[in-house]
Amino acid sequence: MKALLTLFALLLTPPLLAQSALPPAPYADRQISDPALERKAKALMETIRCLTCQSQSIADSNASMAGDMRSQIRERIMAGEEPEHIRRWLIERYGDWVSYEPTADPVLWPLWGAPLLLIGLGLLLLRGRIKRKARR
Amino acid sequence: MIAEAGLVALWLAAALAFLQLGLVAFGLAGKKSELLEAVRPVAVAQGALTTIAFTALIALFMRSDMSVLLVANNSHSMKPWLYKFAGTWGNHEGSMLLWVTVMGVAGAAVALFERALRRDTHMATLGGQAAISLGFYAFLLFASNPFARINPPAADGQGLNPLLQDPGLAFHPPTLYLGYVGLSVAFSFAIGALLTRQVDASFARAMRPWVLAAWILLTLGITAGSYWAYYELGWGGWWFWDPVENASLMPWLAATALLHSVTVLATRDALRAWTVMLAVIAFSMSMVGTFLVRSGILTSVHAFAVDPERGSFILVLLGIYIGGALALFGWRVGAVREGAPFELVSRETMLVVNNLLLSVILGLVLIGTLYPLLTEAFGHKVSVGAPYFDRIAGPIALILMIVMAAGPLTRWRRDNLAEVGRRLIVPAVIAMIAFAAVAILAWGRIGVLPFLGLVIALAVAAGSVAPLWKRNLRRTPLFTWGMVVAHLGCAVSLAGMACDSAFTVEKLAAVRPGDVVEAAGWKLRLTRIVPIAGDNWTALQADMEASRNGGPPVMLHPQSRFFPSPPTTTTEAALLTRWNGQLYVVLGQEADQGRWQLRVWWKPFVTLIWFGGALVALGGALALVGRERRGWLLKWRGKAAVA
Amino acid sequence: MRKLLIWLPLALFAGFFILFASGLLKPDDRVITSKQVGKTLPDFTLPPAASDRPALMSRELATGKPRLLNIFASWCVPCAAEAPQLLALKRAGVEIDAIAIRDAREDVDRFLARYGNPYDRIGLDARSSVQIALGSSGVPESFVIDGKGRIAYQHVGDIRADDIPMILQQLEDAR
Repeated sequence: MKALLTLFALLLTPPLLAQSALPPAPYADRQISDPALERKAKALMETIRCLTCQSQSIADSNASMAGDMRSQIRERIMAGEEPEHIRRWLIERYGDWVSYEPTADPVLWPLWGAPLLLIGLGLLLLRGRIKRKARR
Repeated sequence: MIAEAGLVALWLAAALAFLQLGLVAFGLAGKKSELLEAVRPVAVAQGALTTIAFTALIALFMRSDMSVLLVANNSHSMKPWLYKFAGTWGNHEGSMLLWVTVMGVAGAAVALFERALRRDTHMATLGGQAAISLGFYAFLLFASNPFARINPPAADGQGLNPLLQDPGLAFHPPTLYLGYVGLSVAFSFAIGALLTRQVDASFARAMRPWVLAAWILLTLGITAGSYWAYYELGWGGWWFWDPVENASLMPWLAATALLHSVTVLATRDALRAWTVMLAVIAFSMSMVGTFLVRSGILTSVHAFAVDPERGSFILVLLGIYIGGALALFGWRVGAVREGAPFELVSRETMLVVNNLLLSVILGLVLIGTLYPLLTEAFGHKVSVGAPYFDRIAGPIALILMIVMAAGPLTRWRRDNLAEVGRRLIVPAVIAMIAFAAVAILAWGRIGVLPFLGLVIALAVAAGSVAPLWKRNLRRTPLFTWGMVVAHLGCAVSLAGMACDSAFTVEKLAAVRPGDVVEAAGWKLRLTRIVPIAGDNWTALQADMEASRNGGPPVMLHPQSRFFPSPPTTTTEAALLTRWNGQLYVVLGQEADQGRWQLRVWWKPFVTLIWFGGALVALGGALALVGRERRGWLLKWRGKAAVA
Repeated sequence: MRKLLIWLPLALFAGFFILFASGLLKPDDRVITSKQVGKTLPDFTLPPAASDRPALMSRELATGKPRLLNIFASWCVPCAAEAPQLLALKRAGVEIDAIAIRDAREDVDRFLARYGNPYDRIGLDARSSVQIALGSSGVPESFVIDGKGRIAYQHVGDIRADDIPMILQQLEDAR
């Protein structure tokens, strides 16, 4: 939304201008026939960041490389690989950046502490503002 | 000549802003009443001049005056008139001119219509508004002149980013800007009140309608933007937790908190320092958002002209205004007395919890959005996206929804827990029924958050209308109706979000003409793929017939559009709206051997998301009219009594 | 206590201000580098991408002396701009292999005929799978592979004329 908001997706522009003419990889835009496996694959794809786009997951990108990654993920899920294993494999190649799902990396721990910190700060501000017990 | 006239108007407006600031400063410091007399006319004239400048820019775009650099870079003579018109703000300079125009007009409105505020605070507020405007005038005139000429004139323009060539551009940015920049009035009120040390209930009552008006427009703007992103990006998503989206959400969160705290201040004369703080934060978030979006320090899906040099200019403005306001706060707020403590079971406490939770969500969105910037400073690239925000803001938002239902059912000052519980019985029973129903129908098929979202949406919908229970509806004040409608809108929107994430059916297929795709009871037959030509684009269009459960077929025409200037391909999704959901069809690439890629989604009740957003804005409008009308009536009666 | 809380917002804003300023001052760095640098090449066998060059296997890259592995595509404009630099490296005695991404043989042949062919072997990676395994995020990119088949260096984007000495140095260092 967007500040001048939602003036959109420039990001779509560069890849589309110089994009391979080759048809998409087999499973780029084709679902796995087993719905349970497709759900697994889809959940993973939604948390993998597209490399040639600015700020999109590979699940909603038109870039051809995102299509190739979708295809690869579906094929590996069909071959029985676990989504988290694929994520680790991708992180070994592209670093934590590639995963929207926060990894266990200590550098991300403060993100999980943030809600507690903020609620704690709020309660500190509230101290003494609310009577403990309703007076009768 | 139009461009020069616009530029002169802009310079004059800037000069008037300077004069306005000077009049207020010397008038208040020297207690010179005659100086202060001139402030209001100056503010009105300044608003008029900004309007003239903006109108001049619109005229240049409508006439496709290619001797103006901005028009040549962002428009094209062959464009449909609507996009020439809307293209005025579809670029950096034009949108910043819109920004100062909104500030100028809002300042004029405060000068003309504000009657409730004490005179010195009113003047200080207008001084604050002029001070903020000055920075943005400087930004426009020195770093982003929209009226710059080129010689020789361009043969034709380079065109507007095709993704912006949508009716959404005519509505979404101006609405959002009115809201974004409208919050500057609350900011100026806070500055004025800190300067005159008048932070009290009457100040809050004066500020409330201005906050409400900006908040309504912000709500509409965000809702419209979300729908625009939904149909334009072509993947069925309506919120991506993208930095630019977060930048618009943060002012809204702050304004929503402010709206509620200002009510506590107006009614109970409490939360003084906090309300002033929120008024400062809300517009600060607008400015921070503008900085994030324009400076390019964060990457976004949404297209903006990004320029680090302009970013530094905005950063300086941030430093002056936000830093200055917070310093003023620290300096002056110590003198503001705290109100008496609240009873634990009271409307006040509910509103305080509302403020706490909204502020925590705001803090989390801010931290999450900026965190990648922080780690990158230490050489570690990370991504923070939907999985984090959903998981962390989602549960807090759900708790907030419950408080939202309970709050209006709790009395001011002191209430009894058992009594409140009794009033919540109906929503609680509905929650239990909903829990059982959703559990039986969809257990194991949907995630925890959508599940809880559905249950809470149903219960909160019942809870929101509960304040009307056993009341004479015709005698219920309009602002109570407004609150009920706005809260109901939140529940409706939540139901839409939960349904979309729980029950959306996705079908990807590669089909030849004549083939049929089936999804969620829909049968879609691809008739043919035809090339078609539009105003300034060509497209491949899929002609399709869709029918549900053997019903009559409806024609659908998803397109893949190619724009030559600038060269871009966009997808135009075909949307078929039914009362119980929306069918969303996108034509993708040619796959192989004459087969075409189709993406089909059936999204049950997804439209509730935006319908709910519109209800929230409508509720705000009812509350605004209700409060103001009461003010008019009282004034009229007062005059009648004096007579 | 209250005193501290009153000034807390300003202190927090100062922190954000510094963060924003550092974000602006730092050169724009959108490059995602491969975390495979320093590791052994992944195993792969690719079919030939051009009519007159052999196919490419990962173990053929471990020849005892450093080689350059170029990732390119016939549909990529910067790759064409990079071609003269690769030819210059070739003339300087660098052995270069290539992987063509999402390409077709006729297109690669046409590309090489037009812009020159500095490559010994060219493998065709029709679905970017080797590219992903290498941790490469786009075209063109170039990897320095040392004699034992280890990735010694990654260059993201096209090699410019003034990058050549640096690339030669990287190849030297990988010895």
